[in-house]
Amino acid sequence: MIEGSLLYLDGVTVSFDGFRALNDLSLVLEPGEMRAVIGPNGAGKTTMMDVITGKTRPDTGRVVFGSDTDLTKLDEPAIAELGIGRKFQKPTVFEPLSVWDNLLLALAGDRSPRFSLWARETAEERDRIEAILATTKLTEHRTRRAADLSHGQKQWLEIGMLLAQEPRLLLVDEPVAGMTDAETAQTADLLREINKTRSVVVVEHDMAFVRALGVKVTVLHEGSVLSEGSIDHVSEDPRVIEVYLGR
Amino acid sequence: MRDAVITLTCVLGGAALLAVLNLATPETSALHVSSFVIGLTGKYLCYAILALAVDLVWGYAGILTLGHAAFFALGGYAMGMYLMREIGARGVYANPLLPDFMVFLGWKHLPWYWFGFDHIAVALVAAMVVPAILAGVFGWLTFRSRVSGVYLSIITQALTYALMLAFFRNEMGFGGNNGMTDFKDIAGFPIGRDGTTVGLMLVTAVVLAAAYLLSRALVRSRYGKVLIAVRDTESRTRFLGYRPEHYKLVVWVISAVLAGIGGALYVPQVGIINPSEFAPANSIEAVIWVAVGGRGTLSGAILGAVLVNLGKTWLTGALPEVWLFALGGLFIVVTLFLPRGLIGLAARRRKRDEPTPTAVAAAREVTG
Repeated sequence: MIEGSLLYLDGVTVSFDGFRALNDLSLVLEPGEMRAVIGPNGAGKTTMMDVITGKTRPDTGRVVFGSDTDLTKLDEPAIAELGIGRKFQKPTVFEPLSVWDNLLLALAGDRSPRFSLWARETAEERDRIEAILATTKLTEHRTRRAADLSHGQKQWLEIGMLLAQEPRLLLVDEPVAGMTDAETAQTADLLREINKTRSVVVVEHDMAFVRALGVKVTVLHEGSVLSEGSIDHVSEDPRVIEVYLGR
Repeated sequence: MRDAVITLTCVLGGAALLAVLNLATPETSALHVSSFVIGLTGKYLCYAILALAVDLVWGYAGILTLGHAAFFALGGYAMGMYLMREIGARGVYANPLLPDFMVFLGWKHLPWYWFGFDHIAVALVAAMVVPAILAGVFGWLTFRSRVSGVYLSIITQALTYALMLAFFRNEMGFGGNNGMTDFKDIAGFPIGRDGTTVGLMLVTAVVLAAAYLLSRALVRSRYGKVLIAVRDTESRTRFLGYRPEHYKLVVWVISAVLAGIGGALYVPQVGIINPSEFAPANSIEAVIWVAVGGRGTLSGAILGAVLVNLGKTWLTGALPEVWLFALGGLFIVVTLFLPRGLIGLAARRRKRDEPTPTAVAAAREVTG
């Protein structure tokens, strides 16, 4: 147990048909921290996200959130309610619904059918949605169907939905894949803005983007941590150069 | 708003018009609508209620049910039990307590589950509660285990097939193979008499209108939006903290109750209920009605049920052996060329304002 950590992965191992996607992975995230996780394909980045969010149960090891909540005992909705939000690699928004409704469904609050059957939009909800629309630069697109947004706008909408969820920890999987340079720069700003109030874990391939974030970097390889430190530190690490950067 | 006004006008206005033309015109008049047509209309409207129920779960929750006729038939049996008790001593064996088929089987006592069915209110409650309980148990088990797609469709088909086999058995106490028929009257009104036929058809139209409004309110509520999100991107809703199994269960049970009500109204209008109502083909037909009208539109379900059954009545009269081929062909044509059904065809020119599933989403859901 690490004192005061927000997220603590302790010796997590996940095997699929004998293949070890995660191999005795340990990782500590401090409250308020932003962490970039990099690594070649198959290094276990997405599996790590799956384990934290309850989609995959580890064979061994613990995932401790906050002071003493073991996430490996909970399912996805329970973990989401604890305050862990996840952004997928491919933008995953509710395509037939409007931008506004996407955010409305994401707003923190009662998730039961009993509540949603009778729920009316409140002024407070409207204010919060307006604020998120402004942050994600989607104010003009509020009535559009999410399906009609551009790729970059969908990524932003999904980030907006995560904000609406008011998580304590945000897991972001390749947020700038397929984005233009301008959108990438804006996304880095947005993540830094979000990081002022919440902890963030960003999985990314784009080294320029990771450098722009300027945060502590964890390099995964074959399911465990290869190197950890500043971007300059890990990019000078010979093991990292060999498996990842040098190729 | 416009879609609701048009739908309600067609259902209520159409039913009222037919009723007036039946009651207020002489039989010799060219405008006269025969009681046979009124009876058929009543039957179609019952099917439309079933179609609404199917559209709720298939169109909005992505559950391709191939067993919804089971809930319809259960509602029908509940009403049939009341109608049998209502016959009383007027049956062939003149037994005031036992229905004819029980006397024929040599039974001495009324089974416990037949008690209370001499009251229509009990039958109406049972027509809703029994499907609700079955759907509740079935849905809780399957949705909790995250069974979906074709696997869920196959299980729903198995459910209705199993019920059909069960109801075929005489020991079940529901009339076995022959089911229940020879009804005399309902709530004091003689069945088969013109006034009763018109009355039942009008009641069905009002119930259908109410069911439509209820379904519409449901899918437009915040609950309905979550349901659409679950339909298209179930895993995403989980990571937002929603429990898709709870959302599906609620709409599944509501839908089963609607189907049960449709069945309860159907039986007095067709005059018979037997295990063939559980036949898997009936459930599949209901899905085709919805596909033809337009999945995920509600009004399309009503339109599809009425139009396909009009075609069925005409074709089974004119060329009976062709009907099943026509039905299959219709399904293929609609799937390939009209993924959003007739309503989609009509709405193509207008800008779409309501979320409806696309053919791509339907294909994705079937393939897994």
